[in-house]
Amino acid sequence: MELCRLTIHEAHDLLIKGEISSVELTSAVFDRIEQVEDRIGAYITLVKDRAMAEAEAADEMIRQGKGGPLTGIPLAIKDLLCTEGIKTTCGSKILENFIPPYSSTVVNKLKDARAVIVGKTNMDEFGMGSSTEHSAFMVTRNPWDLTRIPGGSSGGSAAAVAADECIAAIGTDTGGSIRQPASHCGVVGLKPTYGRVSRFGLVAFASSLDQIGPITKDVTDCAILMNTICGYDPNDSTSVPREVPDYTKVLQAGLKGFVVGIPTEYFAGGLDEDVAQAVHAAIKVIEGLGATCKSVSLPHTEYAVAVYYLIAPAEASSNLARYDGVRYGFRDKGAEALIQMYRDTRSKGFGSEVQRRIIIGTYALSAGYYDAYYGKASQVRTLIMQDFNQAFETCDVLLAPVAPTPAFNLGEKLDDPLAMYLSDIFTLPPSLAGITGISLPCGFSKDGLPIGLQILSKHFDEEKLIRVAYNFEQETDFHTKRPNL
Amino acid sequence: MKITKEEVVHVAKLARLNLDEDAIALYTKQLGDILTYMEALNRVDTEDVRPTSHAIFINNAFREDEVKPSMPVERALANAPESEDGGFIVPKVIG
Repeated sequence: MELCRLTIHEAHDLLIKGEISSVELTSAVFDRIEQVEDRIGAYITLVKDRAMAEAEAADEMIRQGKGGPLTGIPLAIKDLLCTEGIKTTCGSKILENFIPPYSSTVVNKLKDARAVIVGKTNMDEFGMGSSTEHSAFMVTRNPWDLTRIPGGSSGGSAAAVAADECIAAIGTDTGGSIRQPASHCGVVGLKPTYGRVSRFGLVAFASSLDQIGPITKDVTDCAILMNTICGYDPNDSTSVPREVPDYTKVLQAGLKGFVVGIPTEYFAGGLDEDVAQAVHAAIKVIEGLGATCKSVSLPHTEYAVAVYYLIAPAEASSNLARYDGVRYGFRDKGAEALIQMYRDTRSKGFGSEVQRRIIIGTYALSAGYYDAYYGKASQVRTLIMQDFNQAFETCDVLLAPVAPTPAFNLGEKLDDPLAMYLSDIFTLPPSLAGITGISLPCGFSKDGLPIGLQILSKHFDEEKLIRVAYNFEQETDFHTKRPNL
Repeated sequence: MKITKEEVVHVAKLARLNLDEDAIALYTKQLGDILTYMEALNRVDTEDVRPTSHAIFINNAFREDEVKPSMPVERALANAPESEDGGFIVPKVIG
């Protein structure tokens, strides 16, 4: 068994028994990176020396009998989370050399748990994209087919997990950026309820939507990471003061008496045949485990793309106003006057998709258009939330596809932003509603590309989706498959 | 056309972005397509629907107004493109 292939819980068991050390495990991960990274391109920054030192410290903790579930486990962190002393680029030229003076709360929690940080993963610039092709630095390739996208924006994190270039990873999800790449790379990704995880030190894209979550090799690992990263943080006034349950406790419970809703709008025209087949087969498996399935309707689903691509760019245009070349990041040095310096810096520092969204957002918020665009979108967002509230009155969870097709080809949608936006149709509505969702492997296309199943539940009900996901995983072997690299 | 060249130029100015002629033409077309797609929202009756700006109900999050240590000036300036005497240097403001 190659050590890099282990899950968190498998590695933890071996570490605690003293059969392996974190130094060995971390070395195995870096050996694997050496072997495959030039083909995958998952990492913007690797911090091997630091990681080896953290691994040694973790081994000492374990020797003293103080090893927790994440002690000595090599993790990859999306480059949107600030890491003190480690470059944090957000996939943007404008932050190419930015070294944060503090760490995000999630990174601090992982450090306190003595996890080992391997490096920072590639992503669409500031999280804006569905393919990781909008990174200013490099292309990330799908480990299952190197001619295809890994999904995005957390494409580097999902590819790193799928290619065993880490044991597990942290991603972020604004409109599907954890669930969609997890689906395309055949791994597990969970977007927590908005407010469940602190956003302190997460570089802001769309503040009413952004959430941090785990990307892992199986559901148990997802539960383990959730136990560590969730919880109220006084530094994030939108995090919710609410007890965090032990998510690993619900893993063994069955599905008897569960009511599972199947939203008809998620199976309408345009859904790839292989995806439809895999998701329908998954529904049968879950039914076989004792759950009752019923059709439900989420009638405002079709408006989610329009709503999201007004609200998220509006928030982004405001959040990204801070990049002005004054306090940190890139500055274009040619200008003689301040305003020109702002404009030159931003035009040269931001990539084309970010500039496009800043312009859409500025337009949607500008005088004369605010009511027609931002205001209207915010009202329809309410209706999308009400659809979910109504469905959860009679259902414990909802089952749906994650994306309408398996991973598309590199370059395929790069020149057609609207086509790229439409690929997010099934992950946007839950994000707008702030609810929680998980993506886990449920099959493969005829071309051998992974397909994900999306399970959704209401605010702060992560336990239910972890429970359904775990029971499904026990019945199937999709999560054990690995790409040939 | 949903959005004119002039509007794109105006919005880019508000957003502090320079656009060359090619970018103006491209964004005018792409934003036109995107805004045409957004028109679907006009089909939805939103009479008396309250807008949502935040998906979770939270009351104002207050804290005690206490003086606490803050980041040392040198660290706050460490990433600055140009700094001097504990401040950020910028090009002249009035041309």
